[in-house]
Amino acid sequence: MSEIKKYLVGMFDDDDVLLHAVEHVRHAGYDITDVYTPFPVHGLEHKMGLEPTRIHTAGFFFGATGLTVALSMITFINKFNYPSDFGGKPNWALLAYVPITFEHTVLFAAIGMTVSFYYLCKLWPGKKPIIIDERTTDHLFAMTFELDKNKDSNYINAVSELLKKEGAIEVYQKEV
Amino acid sequence: MASHFESPLREPLINGNKTYKDITNDIVRPTTGKIQPKWLFWTSVSAAVAGLFVFCITWEVCFGIGTWGANKTVGWAWDITNFVWWIGIGHAGTLISAILLLFRQKWRTGVNRAAEAMTIFAVICAGQFPIFHMGRVWDAFFIFPYPNTRGPLWVNFTSPLLWDVFAISTYFTVSLLFWYTGLVPDFATIRDQSKTKGRWNFYNFLSFGWIGTAKHWERWESLSLILAGLSTPLVLSVHTIVSFDFATSVVPGWHTTIMPPYFVAGAIFSGFAMVLTLMLVARHVMDLKDYITLAHIESMNKVMLLTGTMVGIAYLTELFTAWYSGNMYESYAFANRAMGPYWWSYFGMMFCNLVSPQVFWFRKLRRNVAVTFAMSILINIGMWFERFVIIVTSLHRDYLPSSWVYYSPTWVEVGIFVGTIGLFMTLFLLFCRFFPAIAIAEVKSILKVSGNQYRQGQLDELKDQKVYDNVSVDSKNWD
Repeated sequence: MSEIKKYLVGMFDDDDVLLHAVEHVRHAGYDITDVYTPFPVHGLEHKMGLEPTRIHTAGFFFGATGLTVALSMITFINKFNYPSDFGGKPNWALLAYVPITFEHTVLFAAIGMTVSFYYLCKLWPGKKPIIIDERTTDHLFAMTFELDKNKDSNYINAVSELLKKEGAIEVYQKEV
Repeated sequence: MASHFESPLREPLINGNKTYKDITNDIVRPTTGKIQPKWLFWTSVSAAVAGLFVFCITWEVCFGIGTWGANKTVGWAWDITNFVWWIGIGHAGTLISAILLLFRQKWRTGVNRAAEAMTIFAVICAGQFPIFHMGRVWDAFFIFPYPNTRGPLWVNFTSPLLWDVFAISTYFTVSLLFWYTGLVPDFATIRDQSKTKGRWNFYNFLSFGWIGTAKHWERWESLSLILAGLSTPLVLSVHTIVSFDFATSVVPGWHTTIMPPYFVAGAIFSGFAMVLTLMLVARHVMDLKDYITLAHIESMNKVMLLTGTMVGIAYLTELFTAWYSGNMYESYAFANRAMGPYWWSYFGMMFCNLVSPQVFWFRKLRRNVAVTFAMSILINIGMWFERFVIIVTSLHRDYLPSSWVYYSPTWVEVGIFVGTIGLFMTLFLLFCRFFPAIAIAEVKSILKVSGNQYRQGQLDELKDQKVYDNVSVDSKNWD
């Protein structure tokens, strides 16, 4: 368990309101720690200024690995380790290897990407999550601001005012 | 979402003026509360039928393949028929989740979760058949290429049967990953709704500690999209490769280039039929009529009409080609199918797959739940007959008339088949009780585009703007 941190939490009940709020809060110069939503809100990561994920690039390399493994294994086996002669047919027949090579590419890409996803998000079976607000997996959206020693009451008041102006239905502080 | 525009003429996909909260409650509700006696009864019945599978398989392993009706002439009989039938059923889930995701068909969100679950269970059932057809099932691992002390003697990479091993194991793995990753956020929703500690721990374990931060959702969406992109050619490749098992042989009736597209269309056809059979029941029992609407049913019926007709065209093309080829063996194989001793199975196939789906040209019938349910059962039967026709009627009269036979299954074969239906139903009932049967997060994400109250609001706005002046649409037309 990590140490206890204090957050200022703004709760929203509409995704469109949330999107505008994120934009305006960032314009006003405040750093949003994180946003929790019950479903993927399109454009949110863009508005928050997050870097685009590179998980699909990883997927490409996993796929390329799968393709290479399949083709080189089959080549080694059919051409060198156990060449067999059926009526003089070539014992390296690329077209016949297409199905297995394709399946292997897909298999490696899918497993590799899924494992990377859970690794990057630090999710695993039985992980004890740090839940800011239980309603964020249900029907509300939470915008959080981490409160460290440098953030005084002026900061808290200013952010709270702004959040309320932007349509937050609740603003509160929470230690988790 | 406001960023996305959809024509107001489109039918809403979520009825009943739902809010985000309602969606959570409606879908989480079936997983909570006491176990219903009705559920317990049907699960016990299914588990007992699955027990029959275990019994018959044990019998077959102890006494050998000789306990089946399959013989030298009809080497692939009920067993491979059932294998192809189940694999075909296992195609709808990934089709709905992957291809419809890429085509941005929003109606997929209501049915994709259960359809994907069905895919996984159907592939589990399908896998049993080739494994136990090996006879000496304890040597089943010989199908994998691994260094061994027999030479090393490797598997044959140019054989369609080995392609099948790779295709089906990959398909199962990728479908499972896709399905489970989609389930993770919904498990977190159930976790946060749970009232007891045990329940919280159970669903937290399943949810991997999901909390739904913006970055996680971004990665999740990217992963889902790429997995969908990978699964789309995968789902088409799997049944193509299954069809290669037949198409690359030199048996008249099997040796046709039409096999891959025809098998893929048939797989989608039978898969949708099975999805409808189960979803119509689940929709009724679990009270999900607002999420699986008539619009969903109609869309699926349209897909069945299309694929059923494609399969029908393939049947007729096969007949034409057999005649046009002038090849005596080919012509005989097809004449024998239609008019030989197995004419009843050919008739069943033609009637159930080609003739009966034509009722779906009528909108009234497409939107009729009883007709749809009856059709889905007919199509399941018809697609079983199709595989039986392809396999048994092509084999039972081979090149040597002295080895011609009439094949009938024994109780062991029938028991194994009926048993897999029990296994499938048991898994599906467990899924409906403990897992969210509809993708909660995905339904929420389309609410503002396809919820009935939003659609109605859109229509009201447009009325003033005279955009749809000569079009009279109101929500009454949707039902």
